[in-house]
Amino acid sequence: MTTTSAAPARTPLPRRRRPARARAYTAFRTTMIIFVVLVFVVPLLWMVMASFKTNVDIQDTTKTFAFTPILDNYANVLRNDSYLSFVRNSFVVAAGATGISLLLGVPAAYSMSRFNMQKSALMVLLARIIPGVSLLVPWYYVFANLGLVGGYSVLIISHMFILIPISVYIMMSFFDSMPRELEDAALVDGLTPIGAFLRILLRLSAPGVATAAILSFIFSWNNFMFALVLSGANTKTLPVAVFDFVSYASIDWGAIMAATCIMTLPIIVVALLAQKYIVSGLTAGATKG
Amino acid sequence: MTSTSTHGVPMAERLSLWANRNRKWLFAAPAMVFTFLLICIPIGWTLYLSLTDAKGSVRRPADFIGIENYVEVLTDTDRFWPAVGRTGLFTFGALALELILGMAIALLLWRSFRGQRWVRVSILLPFVATPVAIAMMWRLIFEPNIGFANRVLSWVGLPAQPWLADPGMTLPTLIFIDVWEFTPMVAIILLAGLSTLPDDPDEAARIDGAGVWQRFWYITLPLLKPVVLVAVLLRAIDALKTFDLLYVTKGQGGGSFHEAETLNIYVYGLSFKYNDFGVASAVLILFFLMILAVMWILTFRRKGAKL
Repeated sequence: MTTTSAAPARTPLPRRRRPARARAYTAFRTTMIIFVVLVFVVPLLWMVMASFKTNVDIQDTTKTFAFTPILDNYANVLRNDSYLSFVRNSFVVAAGATGISLLLGVPAAYSMSRFNMQKSALMVLLARIIPGVSLLVPWYYVFANLGLVGGYSVLIISHMFILIPISVYIMMSFFDSMPRELEDAALVDGLTPIGAFLRILLRLSAPGVATAAILSFIFSWNNFMFALVLSGANTKTLPVAVFDFVSYASIDWGAIMAATCIMTLPIIVVALLAQKYIVSGLTAGATKG
Repeated sequence: MTSTSTHGVPMAERLSLWANRNRKWLFAAPAMVFTFLLICIPIGWTLYLSLTDAKGSVRRPADFIGIENYVEVLTDTDRFWPAVGRTGLFTFGALALELILGMAIALLLWRSFRGQRWVRVSILLPFVATPVAIAMMWRLIFEPNIGFANRVLSWVGLPAQPWLADPGMTLPTLIFIDVWEFTPMVAIILLAGLSTLPDDPDEAARIDGAGVWQRFWYITLPLLKPVVLVAVLLRAIDALKTFDLLYVTKGQGGGSFHEAETLNIYVYGLSFKYNDFGVASAVLILFFLMILAVMWILTFRRKGAKL
């Protein structure tokens, strides 16, 4: 509490107390913010640190923060040719699924937004609530009969199942916010409706498409369950490959942490560069009930 | 093939006219057909399998056995009902904590401050990072002998805990991890909602002498309700279906005592370890109905709910 001198009139009490309270509040708030950041960042730092430790150092309780960093874990993981092929698999699947999902999802979102196709939109969004396992047995059966299991196409198709709702959902709220007059003006200028969509609306909604693309890529990159069942030895994606590392008898924590760091790195870079898009994509629709 | 009505208009132009007139369905159809094929046919097939004794291989001809699988599942107090309980506990526990903490964090970060951008990026990382990586990371941190968690406990003078190694502690530990992973997402959704709120009602209440808590409870929270509902829906759906975290930390069957076996893990094991497709399908249909019920309860009386 503030010590208030008996001196009257000149400085009224509330004025003298305010700044002190405000300062106390700011200090409290800053402390809390730092605490929150630490809670979310320290575990990640622990993962990164472990990837630079020898397995002896990881077990040494006296070397929690003070240790000599080594690159052996990364070298071991990257020397393994198959790990690089897992990275490639993840890229091929994520890029392929993202591309095709946008190709199908963006026009669909436009139609659903413009023509108020609430029920159709709901059907696409049904994909969000269905448990993925319920689809895996039938998918596996059908795709195995078509001779596709073990190829990229199955993984791309299964990931599209998650990504199309994401694209539709993000793009719908984007098109919803675009004035109809834009399109009308283009029609007056002699463009066909499809031309107006392709040349005017699509160009103006580039940030929306970027948002959908970034989130789609992240979701596909992160997917585990579909890839666990549907990938073959040659199409294993990173999450499945990293998970496989632990199934062996002795757990090489250093190598595993190096592998997880390599797997997470692209996402962290994307998150740093495209923070705005990720936030707007995840909250699309959320802010308008 | 020239009809009188088109007067020899070139094919390309006729096609373009047709496309423009029917663009509503032309645009929507590919995505819808794709989703329809990928959802409805499998769901229909699951429904069919749930009424048969399919086992071992889906290629093996299966006999129609009516609701026998459902009876078997619903009377199974060994695996099914405990799994339902764990699913509910995990979902409800994680959701409640994430909402309270997410709201606290959103309010903390609401008004701008220096370094806000960096704070936002750092809390973004837990839920955009690959879930398998997050699960691996927590496995190491909760390792009883070498993990960071027990080191922190020893610094403050507390005894080491078995964490994920102890069946009784597994579910709370997993809820903790889920809360760590997804509280930021809830916070960011709520933060986006907060930033769209009008200032006037809050101002007015302040002038009328309402305290901080009163203003939050009677002004901010009611205005924020739609956004809170969206956050609840999104998280509830995903928490009900949690797979990566549970499977990577505890493996098939949810550990040696099934201590982390939720419905999702249970069904996965039935389908891909025991190839017990009939029973698995029955569980899936029940699981799906439960999710729909939860959704219905959450969106109850909310017209035009958007997912």
